[in-house]
Amino acid sequence: MIAPSLALGLRAIRLTLRRPQFLIPLFLMPSIFLAVNTGGLAATTRLPGFPPTTNFLSFQLPAAMVQSLMLSGLQAGIAVALEIESGFFDRLITAPVPRLAIVAGRLIAAAALGAIQVAFFVVGGLLFGAQIAGGILGVLLVIVLGSLAATAFAAIGMAIAFRARQASVVQGMFPFVFAVLYLSSAFFPRKLLSSPADSISALNPLSYIADGLRTPIAFGLHGAPIVEGFAVTFGVIAVASLLAVAGLRWRLADAA
Amino acid sequence: MQPDPVTSPASSGAIEHRRMRRGVVDLPAVRALVVRGLNELLRVPGAAIPGIVSPAIFLLGLTLVFGKATQIPGYGTQSFLAFVLPVALLQSAGFTGGATGVNLGRDIEQGWLDRLLLSPAGRGTILTGLVLSAALRVLIPLPALLIIAFAVGAPIPSFIGFVLTIVFVTAFAAVAATWSSVLALKFRSQQASPLMQSTILSSILFSASYAPLSLLQPWMKAIAEHNPVTLILEGMRQCYVGSITWEVTWHAFAALGGTGLVFVLLALRGFGRYER
Repeated sequence: MIAPSLALGLRAIRLTLRRPQFLIPLFLMPSIFLAVNTGGLAATTRLPGFPPTTNFLSFQLPAAMVQSLMLSGLQAGIAVALEIESGFFDRLITAPVPRLAIVAGRLIAAAALGAIQVAFFVVGGLLFGAQIAGGILGVLLVIVLGSLAATAFAAIGMAIAFRARQASVVQGMFPFVFAVLYLSSAFFPRKLLSSPADSISALNPLSYIADGLRTPIAFGLHGAPIVEGFAVTFGVIAVASLLAVAGLRWRLADAA
Repeated sequence: MQPDPVTSPASSGAIEHRRMRRGVVDLPAVRALVVRGLNELLRVPGAAIPGIVSPAIFLLGLTLVFGKATQIPGYGTQSFLAFVLPVALLQSAGFTGGATGVNLGRDIEQGWLDRLLLSPAGRGTILTGLVLSAALRVLIPLPALLIIAFAVGAPIPSFIGFVLTIVFVTAFAAVAATWSSVLALKFRSQQASPLMQSTILSSILFSASYAPLSLLQPWMKAIAEHNPVTLILEGMRQCYVGSITWEVTWHAFAALGGTGLVFVLLALRGFGRYER
């Protein structure tokens, strides 16, 4: 189980790196929004109720991270759908490969890519004046949590791909990435969101993941949001992986 | 030996052909190209969706997230929805205009532009057809977006505000279509579409999109002050925030005209290089 999962994971990473043009949106678009939000809305730190921070870039950095990780999850789903469309998936299931390794391999690749994405934004943020309040340990926590979040989003992308079977359908989920982002506290403090986003964001797991990433960067190593971030991320990984495996079984039954 | 009907100076066909090639716009050919552009939208109605869904999510999302930013003095309104509506409208126009370049890239890949360039229609005619079709296509997402905005509480502009909104949006779609055509002629592939859409989106976002100039960070303010889209955006914004003034209006028209002229010249040069 472990060896085929690693082999499939390495294959997915190699395929991703062979087409770097598909990686550009994962870094470029969140970077553009990060720059625009920081340059345009830094004055909002003066709003009553905004958590005390002198560095709005540090506050916004996790928003760019989760945006990038969600887009990466969508790309993982598109890659799976393309494998189904091209017939590679059918050849894969005739090979002596454990079925779960098909899902696990892709999740391993997503975790590795997610760590790179988060590191990119940490380094980019530091270059442009962000500060990491949690220090080295904070950076490590952010990379680990980001990598786990990437795994969760990839599992969601796969679950959609197994059901949809068409890359264009998965691609069509793109606007929903932003809808989920806007209905969370990824960009702004939860209590300063307008109604009904303030209520919905409390139920949106992405809020807890974003806050878990934000706390070590903007505020320091304060326990509760970080623990909540990890707990919610593990929960999403569990549920989404189950959905992905169920989707895989449905796809196998459909192919039989 | 019979003279070549196209290249012979004595041939009336050749004279006609060259007259058109020199940039005289052939209106029936323009109309045919516009109809072709509109037909694409009728045959694939889903093509209009990016011009509606993304700007609508952007508009509603930003308002929900940053709506309380207007509590900071300087916005000139308590409604962030009203402040950011022109950004969403320009975004819709930009996406629709950008699609023209994507379609031109496809036409180049499939050889359709080569066949079109063999016809008597000159570069000016082809460009006019492409740009006009984009300007008309944006009239489909525009009302949809306005209805969504009004339904969630955006202020309804005056009659002049409506007219200016339509004029600015169609003109911006035309400018975006010209720019995306420049890129399509340069890269000769649909694969340039992310570059088309991202440059158009960036030009909108790196302006006074989220906040007035006075509230932007110094580096952002420097970019926004030199970005002609800021003038266009402020021209549209006056229809929803504050009152309409001639000074802001003509600045917006000048920015549209200036950028449009530069892109038209670049596009015509692109056509010239493509033909060579």
